[in-house]
Parts: sequence; structure tokens; C-alpha cells
Amino acid sequence: MKSCLVVDDSRVVRKVARKILEELNFACSEAEDGKQAMEACAAQMPDAILLDWNMPVMNGIEFLRRLRKMSGGETPKVVFCTTENDLAHIQEALSAGANEYIMKPFDSDIIQTKFAQVGLL
Amino acid sequence: MRVEDFDMFSTLLKQRSGLVLTRDKAYLLESRLMPVARKWNMKGLEELATTVRTRKDEALLRDITEAMTTNESSFFRDQKPFDQFRQLVLPRLMEARAAKRSLRIWSAACSSGQEAYSLSMILNDEAAKLAGWRIEIVGTDISAEMVERAKSGVYTQFEVQRGLPITMLVKHFKQNGDKWQISQQLRQMASFREWNLLGDLSALGQFDIVFCRNVLIYFDQPTKAKVLESIARQMPQDGVLYLGGAETVLGITDKFKPVEGQRGLYSLGGFSAAGAKVA
Repeated sequence: MKSCLVVDDSRVVRKVARKILEELNFACSEAEDGKQAMEACAAQMPDAILLDWNMPVMNGIEFLRRLRKMSGGETPKVVFCTTENDLAHIQEALSAGANEYIMKPFDSDIIQTKFAQVGLL
Repeated sequence: MRVEDFDMFSTLLKQRSGLVLTRDKAYLLESRLMPVARKWNMKGLEELATTVRTRKDEALLRDITEAMTTNESSFFRDQKPFDQFRQLVLPRLMEARAAKRSLRIWSAACSSGQEAYSLSMILNDEAAKLAGWRIEIVGTDISAEMVERAKSGVYTQFEVQRGLPITMLVKHFKQNGDKWQISQQLRQMASFREWNLLGDLSALGQFDIVFCRNVLIYFDQPTKAKVLESIARQMPQDGVLYLGGAETVLGITDKFKPVEGQRGLYSLGGFSAAGAKVA
């Protein structure tokens, strides 16, 4: 079973995403911001990370840049999942090392195809 | 909905589009036709049915047919057929057409154009190998509205997230507010025409590759056979036909034969996948 860390400051979004990912057979854990996500990754690197952009304490893009510099931090597939829906944000995410990008709102179909495209399914 | 109204609508749809509606699909008819009734300032489906019976208004009949035959689509739908196209069909047919250096591809029942544009993105990736080739992608649909949408190449945020990898979005699309438009270069690779698959197809010309996926499922057996046989007349012996995952030619027509080892791929007999590996 593959593992996925869901990083979002909204409890509702985490719950929805978790339900979809569990149906796709992922073992899920959650983090409320980038700092919590860093701690989770330091303890154990997940196979996948579903990552919000705007969060208090540490935002998603900063988390991603730090993750990619960590030992073992290049292995997780990172899929952004954010309301930021302009080309500039998408390009910034990709150059910081994101593997895919989902513009909210999303549904299970979108998560499933994006995860399949990066080889997680 | 009254039974006689349902029967009248389903007969009309069968004649005009081949669509077969069984009585358990009455809910579909109701949900799709209510917007048509509203557009024509009618109170409901009874008035719509009465109008159709008493006045054969072509524009109204067309709206009804379009509302019932429009289906959701996505980019690179099912993925595998496109891998097959890139790794097997395209290279083999390029070899076979090396002297002519031209290929024609048909996206039949193309809806809003995602299949045709998925192919143009693949061909764009292979542009170096295709230098000097004349490649034509033709999309057809029974719905004038869908043909217009396909031509515009404009998609919603939801649509561009259905099957389209983010790198392809960044590479080939331009953002305009909350809509995304595919680049002019890719739009120029495909053309779109309003066409009924039940009609005469000969004016469309010959196609080396035909995508007709998830269309036959809406037809009854005789209509499936008729459509497959008229598609066959538009193809050379070594051309290939793609059908949807739940569709087959077996027991319907002997014109097409499954291409061995390649699910969903059919030919008139002259295409071989021998020795092919599709990852």
C-alpha cells in the first residue's frame, strides 16, 4: 500500500481528499501546514504528497523547496492542489519540483487521473 | 412523462441519430430535454411533445437531437489507446506511407474536440519525425454546437484537468480568465465538421486511422453494423479503427478484424501488430 500525506489548512478539504485517496488504496496521513508536513516527512517520507499552496506558518511552495533539498526529499511525487489557478503559479510550482497540479475545485476523477499520470496508480 | 411522448421522442432520436433509448432512460430524456423546452419558451415536455407532433420545426428537432447526443469527454481518454497510437500505429503507418508522406485521421463523434486535440499534441511531440509530412485530423459530430466548441478550442478549468497532464496545459494552452484555449498552432492541425454517422460518409474521404470510441454503445445492432460498414468504406486495407473499451465488432460485422494483441484496435485485415510492444 502506498502512502500519501495530505497537506491543507482546511479540515474539510483534508477529509474530502483523504476519502478519495483511501478509495484509491492510499494510506493517508494529514498535516495542517508546511511546518507540520516537514516534520512528517522527516519522520517518514511518503510516496505521495497532496499539497495546498496558501497555508499559515509555512506555505506549500516553501515546503516543496525545502522538501526537495532534504535527504530522500526528491522521491515523493508532489501534486499541488490549490485555488491558485494562473499560469504563473503553475510554472512556479513546476520549477520548484512539483510533479502535477490540480486547480480547486477538484473531484475524485481529477485526483485519480493526475495520480495515474505521475505513476502513483 | 407520458408513455406516448416518450415513444415519440425515442422514435425521433432513433431516426435522426441512431440513438436507442429504452424506457428505463426516461429520466435522461427528461433531464436533457427540459433545458430545450425552456429555451423555446415552453412550459414543459408535454408542450414540447405536442409542438414536435404538430409542427416539424427543423431547428427544434435539431436542438432535441443535440441535447440527447452530447456527451462528456476528456483529453487522452483511457490513455492506453493514445500510447498505442504513439508507439505502434503511427510508426507502422508512417512506414507504410513513406512514399506518399501523408496520413488522415478521423475523430468520429468528436464532441468538444478533446480526442482530436490529444492527437494533435502527440503529433506535435513527434514533429521532428514528421517533417515534410501532410497530416490531417478531422473531427466530426452530429451536434453543431459541439463542432463550434471544438473549433474554438476553449475549455473550462474542469475540462482541462480531465486527462490533460499539467505540462501539456502549460505548453499548449493560453489562459483567458477562467477559460483555457489551445494554441493556434494545434488548432490549425485539426478541422471540425458537422456530420451524421448515419448519413453518407463518402464526401469525408479516406482515413488511415479512425477513432470511433464509445459511440456504438448507443446504437442497436443493425445500426452498429450499418455504421461500421460505412466507416469501412472510408478506409484502406491497412487502416486502423479504434473502438471504446466496451465495444467490439464481433458478431456485428465481419468487415473488421481485431488486431492481434492490441485491445480496442481493429483493421480490415491489412494491419499487423506482429512484434510490437506497447508499454
